[in-house]
Amino acid sequence: MQTFDLEANGLRALNEALQAQSQHTNEIAWEVVNPRGSHAIAVGLDAPIEVTVKGSTGYYCAGMNKQATITVDGSAGPGVAENMMSGAVIVEGDASQYAGATGHGGLLVIKGNASSRCGISMKGIDIVVQGNVGHMSAFMAQKGNLVVCGDAGDALGDSIYEARLFVRGEVKSLGADCIEKEMRPEHLEILRGLLERSEIDAKPEEFRRYGSARKLYNFNIDNAY
Amino acid sequence: MCGIVGLFLKDKALEPRLGEMLTDMLITMTDRGPDSAGIAVYSEDREGRAKLTVQADDPGRFDGLGDEMAQALGCDVTVRVKDTHAVVDLPEGRMAEARLALKELRPEARVMSAGEVIEIYKEVGLPGDVAKRFDIPNLAGSHGIGHTRMATESAVTTMGAHPFSTGADQCLVHNGSLSNHNSLRRELAREGVSVETRNDSEVAAAYLTWKMQQGHSLGDALEAGLDDLDGFFTFVVGTKDGFGVVRDPIACKPAVMAETDQYVAFGSEYRALVNLPGIEDARVWEPEPATVYFWKH
Repeated sequence: MQTFDLEANGLRALNEALQAQSQHTNEIAWEVVNPRGSHAIAVGLDAPIEVTVKGSTGYYCAGMNKQATITVDGSAGPGVAENMMSGAVIVEGDASQYAGATGHGGLLVIKGNASSRCGISMKGIDIVVQGNVGHMSAFMAQKGNLVVCGDAGDALGDSIYEARLFVRGEVKSLGADCIEKEMRPEHLEILRGLLERSEIDAKPEEFRRYGSARKLYNFNIDNAY
Repeated sequence: MCGIVGLFLKDKALEPRLGEMLTDMLITMTDRGPDSAGIAVYSEDREGRAKLTVQADDPGRFDGLGDEMAQALGCDVTVRVKDTHAVVDLPEGRMAEARLALKELRPEARVMSAGEVIEIYKEVGLPGDVAKRFDIPNLAGSHGIGHTRMATESAVTTMGAHPFSTGADQCLVHNGSLSNHNSLRRELAREGVSVETRNDSEVAAAYLTWKMQQGHSLGDALEAGLDDLDGFFTFVVGTKDGFGVVRDPIACKPAVMAETDQYVAFGSEYRALVNLPGIEDARVWEPEPATVYFWKH
């Protein structure tokens, strides 16, 4: 286990050390202490390493992740796991706004609540939230799965293209072109897999599925202002 | 961008450390706004006394002001000068006369705040420099608010710095931008409420003052603001014994709060709060959009 004191050694040295790890590194396990809400912790990683941040983080933690598994042992600020390509990010506490934004792949697990715009413009990422998500979550979502074990705020899935949204609790309101859809066996299977991988104890049958009505795909003068 | 901090103490034992804690929080937020910085502190209530915080670019202008004010008002007045600011201490109930006398005696002096307990210190520059000039870390008090500005509306001047105070013991700091401040400014002018700068945040402060003058509580005034103020905002406001927070319904502007048995704290970012005592065990949350939060002593 490598322990890195962020306060003593600084952000640049941390990200340089983590980004320098190769595909075949032996230094698999990393621990970052004293994050103290700093921004851009563990960004741009591209190696199968495991990084645990002991405390809460600021903006853009674990951004652009590839391959690495990054755990935040606290809460995460705005833009956690933004534009993730692969790997996994686990937030033990809450996440601020636009968690997992524009993510192309990988798995983001938030054990607490996520704030507004969770999964905005998601492009293939899987996001599992144990608590609630705020307003405008999955706005313009294009691909991937958003699983919400609690409630969703206003305008869920506004202007959604594709992507599957699974919500166990209440949905305050659905955004433009987002509708409830039938939960078929293949969806229950996808959901079961995601819950298992996230180590979250919930029954897939308790969820409802939402997705695109596909009415905004083509220009329609009635939709113009 | 702008950075906001606020601290409302429940535990009196922390009161001597208010200025020190607020300064530390605000310095952490320096990179959210390097243009100007300011702090409002609510200090001990001295029975029967009130104070006026005034600013002059040349502190020499304050020479002899205490005696001249005492003579003009015919009562006991003292003046404490701190760099470009001076705190005029006077008997409660004489504020209106004191403001008139000040206008006569020092027409170039600008009023930062007036009330029984509030003091506001603000200048162009970084939080660390501003705090040092006014010796903020040594200020004691029950609650306080700080702001570091990245200007998006109006000039970078002392008067354009936050906090804005438009009523007795009231102040407001703002992160965001209002889109209807010009029309609101005209409406307020018709109601007899005037503002001194072209700044959008001052209009928000004046709006709340106007609502409270009509008999609304601060909480009700903030609720009304959600309907009448258009744009982006996270506001932190102070009154003589209260502390409030509200964000617009879109809630783009960041906000993190923490509460323990000892205090309620606000920061634009979590890192502003990390040095507070007991933060590891505090309840930490993001204020919900379009929701008014308010605490009172």
